[in-house]
Amino acid sequence: MNIGYYPGCALHGSSNDCEQSLRACLSALDVQLGEIKDWICCGATAAHSLNHKLSLALPARNLAVAERDGFKQLFAPCPLCSMQLLKAKKAVADERVRKELSEIVEADVRGESEVLNLIQLFEKIGVDRLKPAVKAPLESITAACYYGCLLTRPPDVVHFDDFEQPSSMESIVAALGAKTVEWNYKTECCGAGMTMCNEDIVLELAHKILSNAAEHGANCLVVACPMCHVNLDMKQAAVERRFGKKLGMVVYYLSDLVGLALGLSAEQLGINRHFVTQA
Amino acid sequence: MSRIGVFTCWCGENIARTVDVDEVAKRVAELPGVRCSLNYKYMCSDPGQAIVREKIATEKLDGVVVASCSPHMHLKTFRKAAQAAGLNPYLVEMANIREQCSWVHHDRVQATAKAFEIIRLSVEKARNDAALQPIRVPVTRRALVIGGGVAGIQAALDIADAGHEVVMVEREPSIGGKMAGLSETFPTLDCSQCILTPRMVEVGQHPRIKLYSYSEVEKVEGFVGNFRITIRQKARYVDVSKCTGCGECWIICPLKRNPSEFDYGMGMRPAIYIPFPQAVPARPVIDKSQCAKLIRNGCGLCEKKCKAEAINFKDEDRLVEEAVGAVVVATGYKLYSIAKSQPKATLAGYGEYGYGKYKDVIDSLQFERLVSASGPTGGVLKRPSDGAIPKSVVFISCVGSRDNAKGLPYCSKICCMYTAKHTMLYKHKVHDGQAHVFYMDIRAGGKGYDEFVRRAIEQDGAQYYRGRVSKITQEGGKLVVRGADTLAGMPVTIEADLVVLAAAMRPADGIEELAQKLNIGCDEFGFLLESHPKLRPVETNTAGIFIAGACHSPKDIPEAVAQASAAASKVQVMLAADELTREPEIAAINEQTCAACFTCIRTCPYHAIDRAELRTPRGAFIKNTARVNPGLCMGCGTCVSVCPSKSADLQGFTDQQVYAMVESLA
Repeated sequence: MNIGYYPGCALHGSSNDCEQSLRACLSALDVQLGEIKDWICCGATAAHSLNHKLSLALPARNLAVAERDGFKQLFAPCPLCSMQLLKAKKAVADERVRKELSEIVEADVRGESEVLNLIQLFEKIGVDRLKPAVKAPLESITAACYYGCLLTRPPDVVHFDDFEQPSSMESIVAALGAKTVEWNYKTECCGAGMTMCNEDIVLELAHKILSNAAEHGANCLVVACPMCHVNLDMKQAAVERRFGKKLGMVVYYLSDLVGLALGLSAEQLGINRHFVTQA
Repeated sequence: MSRIGVFTCWCGENIARTVDVDEVAKRVAELPGVRCSLNYKYMCSDPGQAIVREKIATEKLDGVVVASCSPHMHLKTFRKAAQAAGLNPYLVEMANIREQCSWVHHDRVQATAKAFEIIRLSVEKARNDAALQPIRVPVTRRALVIGGGVAGIQAALDIADAGHEVVMVEREPSIGGKMAGLSETFPTLDCSQCILTPRMVEVGQHPRIKLYSYSEVEKVEGFVGNFRITIRQKARYVDVSKCTGCGECWIICPLKRNPSEFDYGMGMRPAIYIPFPQAVPARPVIDKSQCAKLIRNGCGLCEKKCKAEAINFKDEDRLVEEAVGAVVVATGYKLYSIAKSQPKATLAGYGEYGYGKYKDVIDSLQFERLVSASGPTGGVLKRPSDGAIPKSVVFISCVGSRDNAKGLPYCSKICCMYTAKHTMLYKHKVHDGQAHVFYMDIRAGGKGYDEFVRRAIEQDGAQYYRGRVSKITQEGGKLVVRGADTLAGMPVTIEADLVVLAAAMRPADGIEELAQKLNIGCDEFGFLLESHPKLRPVETNTAGIFIAGACHSPKDIPEAVAQASAAASKVQVMLAADELTREPEIAAINEQTCAACFTCIRTCPYHAIDRAELRTPRGAFIKNTARVNPGLCMGCGTCVSVCPSKSADLQGFTDQQVYAMVESLA
């Protein structure tokens, strides 16, 4: 399997532990990630709120590049990136918009390649392929699967899972031999967007998510969004200080759990570089 | 035709302001075939009509063109005037120089020229008019009422009390509809059953009402005044004529844990059951999907117990035919299904409210049963999960309604009122409880309605929040309802014991199939279409078929009843005489030239054309032909456009007339 890979700003920067985890885990599954050449910003941040056309043109160019390089699938681990790519894909279904965007980015945007988020990547690989590859079933893990706000939304753009009560991550985690819990904050906002400007909100939201998972019997959180990971993992110490309680909730990327089940070590997957580690 | 009178109207200033009526009348007088041309300030007034009548007599006119407003407005007026003067009314034409000319133009010169052209076309049409006679159709003086809810009951009783026979078809085992399951009704809080059940009994005992319960309309044939209805009587496995309704069977039935349809799953019923004690007819049915005897030839206790020997496990569906002259459709509504899975791709559910996932999230009709004295809890409000008395209840209005994202943009109209009622009923039962309501707007138009909502808020202390609920979750036995209070500009979180969702109203199941059988229209949501939203609110586009109640649009009880009485009075007018007259502007087929290809039969939207044989007076076969049923034809002209041999024509709008009009333009 050779899949186009759009890392976006996060995976080469603050979330390079996620990239490490993905690369280790996918090479064990014999999936090659071909990073698309000369990719640019996905347009999720400033462009998204300031200039509609720019916010379409940026991801449109990335789509065009992936298509030029012949990738049928384009994997964007960050949900903001994948949402932007899907938005552009939806927009270019209109021939007039397609022509206009192609002109702006000076490349033929076709919007044909399939955009995958982190969960969809493992769905693509398939539970049938994962199950027999499991060497170390994750019996000690009781995970709360956390989707965050953007993986399933906006539903008419991303068309992924049930946007209020999703369950796709649970099926993958269950295939690895781990248990999952039913809990209440699967799709609530973690506050990552406010990290820089209003920490109070972030800490409150993160606290609700982490403690609700714990109350429902989870011993770790699984995420499929690098932003959520930063927020829930890095900020967890601050949450503990603010609310005066010990949470100690390990936050895994979905690829971490897959990697562990495949027999990879925490070091190989970069789990040792997380802020909260197993006690 | 060569003695046409043209009467141009000023319509006060309406026409004369933009059209030079003197000039038009002068030019029209020169047209071939025009005998006289006059204009007058108000042609529809008494003196105006007198001019028309007088000219018909003095000038011996054989055709009349009135150049004024739309024929919808005054064609009938002028036809009557012509008839009074001894002229066949179908020799009157209207040239619409108001809506189609003076009202839509500013330039006087151009408008005058256009008015002249419009009149010229009408003169050409009038010259080719033929005298027509109204069609007389015999009437079967009986009516069918489909649906035995409050609207159907009202319509049936009105018609029957007026002296006509009524056939009522109800698909549930008992009549009564949704209203029979309600607790108390707004804005008076009178008990729903107390006002409805006497009416149900009246239906059951009325000498002129024939009730088919547990039955459905299978097939509809015929036309206005002469419908033949095939009714499917579903196998009840109980002989209604023998059964005394003693109740031994449903007491002995061991399979008692089946969710009750009447209680919307809030209570249980046996496999042989009557939906509720006041049912009409008070005769049980056996649910064949649950009865052990019918599934695997077991049990059979009810048969042994029944002294009247009314149980018949060999019962089968029966088809019966009834002849009626008119039909009232009153099939009612159902609630929008709130959960994720939806019957149609155009609809979307509310996963965020957890309906179907959390037992204590229920819909409004389920709440009605929980507070009803006849309900599964005997009128004590106990929540479904553990039977505890809820101390905090959240009501959410507009669940589905007015939500484009869910596919239902319309307002369900009654939810604001019944939600206010629910908060009151709750407070009257649980004095230390608190009701919370999330709403978008409070729509309480109606007699005593707004006062009622104010009472719920001011006297019974319901807490209203203007805003939507984003999510409901469960924490330690409590439902955590998170929403917005947009007036305070604050998020709200309420820990509730019970959540009641005011789901949108949708037309009852099977409405589209029924509409197809009856050949009437429905809108994109399945609600039946009236013929005119203001002036013909209970008629449909198929003559002889009327609508009443929530099958037409969301309605409360008073409105449904009023509409049912309106439909009933329309039916009474129809059934008042042995014959009814219809306008003769319908299709006719030249049976001599008809090639019997029957393309018209396949395309006719009203199923008004039949195959027929042409025979000599002695009965020898000549040829096959298509033949128009004058009782059914609505004069749409589809057959005229599809007939390859040009044998179909529309009386009053013949090809010849239309061609003459077009040619006169050139």
